[in-house]
Amino acid sequence: MASVTIENVRKAFGETEVIHGVDIAIADGEFVVLVGPSGCGKSTLLRMIAGLESITAGEVKIAERVVNRLPAKARDIAMVFQNYALYPHMTVFENMAFSMRLRKAPAAEVESRVREAAGILGLQPLLQRFPRQLSGGQRQRVAMGRAIVRDPQVFLFDEPLSNLDAKLRVAMRTEIKALHQRVGGTTIYVTHDQIEAMTMADKIVVMQGGNVEQIGAPLELYDAPDNLFVAGFIGSPAMNFLRGRVEADGAGTVFASADGARLPLGERRGLEAGREVVLGFRPEHIALGPDGTGIGVEVVVTEPTGSEVQVVARHGGDEVVAVFRERHQPAPGTRLSLAPDPAQIHVFDAETGRTLRA
Amino acid sequence: MAETPLETARRAAAPDDAASAWTRLQSNRNWLGFWFMLPAAAFLILFLAYPLGLGVWLSFTDAKVGSEGEWIGLENYEWLLGVAPVSDFLGIIANELFGTEFELEGDTTFWLSVFNTLLYTVVASAIKFAIGLYLALLLNRHMPFKAIIRAVVLIPFIVPTVLSAIAFWWIFDTQFSILTWMLQGLGAIAEDHQINWLGDETMARASVIFANIWRGVPFIAITLLAGLQTVSASLYEAAVIDGATRWQMFRYITYPLLTPIIAVVMTFSVLFTFTDFQLIWVLTRGGPFNATHLMATLSYQRAILGGYLGEGAAISTAMIPFLLAAIMFSWFGLQRRKWQHGGRDD
Repeated sequence: MASVTIENVRKAFGETEVIHGVDIAIADGEFVVLVGPSGCGKSTLLRMIAGLESITAGEVKIAERVVNRLPAKARDIAMVFQNYALYPHMTVFENMAFSMRLRKAPAAEVESRVREAAGILGLQPLLQRFPRQLSGGQRQRVAMGRAIVRDPQVFLFDEPLSNLDAKLRVAMRTEIKALHQRVGGTTIYVTHDQIEAMTMADKIVVMQGGNVEQIGAPLELYDAPDNLFVAGFIGSPAMNFLRGRVEADGAGTVFASADGARLPLGERRGLEAGREVVLGFRPEHIALGPDGTGIGVEVVVTEPTGSEVQVVARHGGDEVVAVFRERHQPAPGTRLSLAPDPAQIHVFDAETGRTLRA
Repeated sequence: MAETPLETARRAAAPDDAASAWTRLQSNRNWLGFWFMLPAAAFLILFLAYPLGLGVWLSFTDAKVGSEGEWIGLENYEWLLGVAPVSDFLGIIANELFGTEFELEGDTTFWLSVFNTLLYTVVASAIKFAIGLYLALLLNRHMPFKAIIRAVVLIPFIVPTVLSAIAFWWIFDTQFSILTWMLQGLGAIAEDHQINWLGDETMARASVIFANIWRGVPFIAITLLAGLQTVSASLYEAAVIDGATRWQMFRYITYPLLTPIIAVVMTFSVLFTFTDFQLIWVLTRGGPFNATHLMATLSYQRAILGGYLGEGAAISTAMIPFLLAAIMFSWFGLQRRKWQHGGRDD
């Protein structure tokens, strides 16, 4: 078990810098998910922690020890790869035993450790199989077994579920989380899937373009995103955004869109009249208001799922998605007035994208 | 009278003889496949099976140039192999390797050519494999001008054998050898010393083996390189994290994953080397004192130059067991790997 500290880490391939000074502190035993769109630098960062990529600048510490110059095998980490990277010519047992055999561990110890890991993952009946004879989910478990056998200080996962079908992905998600609770160990997990991040993480690191956008617990990011990017990336269906400006209205201020929507904003810093802002509100924080108030929209599609109804509508040029627990079923073309919960709206500076907090 | 519905149905069901061949071609996949296969089969029968059969048949006759010959059974083989082929075989090996002087029962030149062919094949193939594998590993790394370097490596393979053999003939020339000149320049040998590259028995053997290696390495290197590129980079990353050294990565990952390709490429290499003719014929014609005569060159000399077609054919036919043994070894020993076959071997 160990903490991991990433201090002002940069990575450049030749002239091109792809990670621009990242700071992340990971506590002992924490499950941290690095999430972001492809090309955001999350996998590169993970590979730098693993020792598969050199660190251009900054420091990576594992258990308070700077590992920048340590080879991968001396960092006491284990990694699970997206394509599993199982050795095709070795049986499941040999795959899991490989690292211990390289260290010339006694055969009895190898045997007991592999059997123990196989027991945790339910792999005992498959130990003599070759990777080709396994299903995707089984291969994934072998890859995890190989990591467990090493008993490392830090587990690294590089998009381990993206080669699996949707149903299996959900099952393995649960399995990995249960495994973490059972085995413990600091875990750093890379994914582009925000649902995986939300469901599995103790702490999420949202990255974009080689920068960290926000670090926090899943619900923290959900309820209080720091900026437009995080607000749009976390949550499905995504947060609605309307462009508009702040206008004075008696004592307070209101948000006014070009298409006639007006919403009171309450007390927020930096909300002088005339400022260009983006209003954000989540689909599930919308109620139907009296006609002629709030946000006037025209219904495009209504999608009932049974537990809820998702209504896709248009407000001028912007799309607005609303999710109702009630069984509203407005026909396409119907005009509705949407009233976002005032306590749950977010206001972002249109220019910088930063959140203007209440 | 108009046709009744029953008659119409019967007519439709009955085969139409006039169009049957064409219809059959359209409807029967196997029949169509047979016709597609026929040209290739005819080609193989005409140019491979027929000459092979003719060669084997000739080896049982006393055919000479200008005379068809008669069936003489195993007489050619008795003449070549002698009454005790095993002891002759061991005898020639002892004579050549340890300088003993066993009297052979069979044809001494034939047995010498068997020894030469085995020596040539074993030594050249082993060195070709070692250099080819080394080159492939080098070329598999990231380096500037990778494409050009890979193309350059292929040159010895592209140049026609006769052309490169003539170049080697000059390189190994007694008077004008560039190798001798270079060794003199480096001070490794005296200024007036000439090395008799192709005139001395041991030097001649080493020289032709060297030329064969030069020509054969690219084939092995490029084929193994293709094999190396099919090994996923993430396996090496996993191995790095598992704590493998570079040697352990080669020993436990690269080499086992490469064995199927090694089996194929080395089988081909052994077959080509065992049946080599052009290089030897241009460089030494089997000399000096038959020290570089291979079975192929001896067969040619006896059959075409000497006119004893039957005897030459018998020498050629005697190569077949060796070639079959090489193929069997690779097929059963190396090529089948359990991990390649998915669930079937479980």
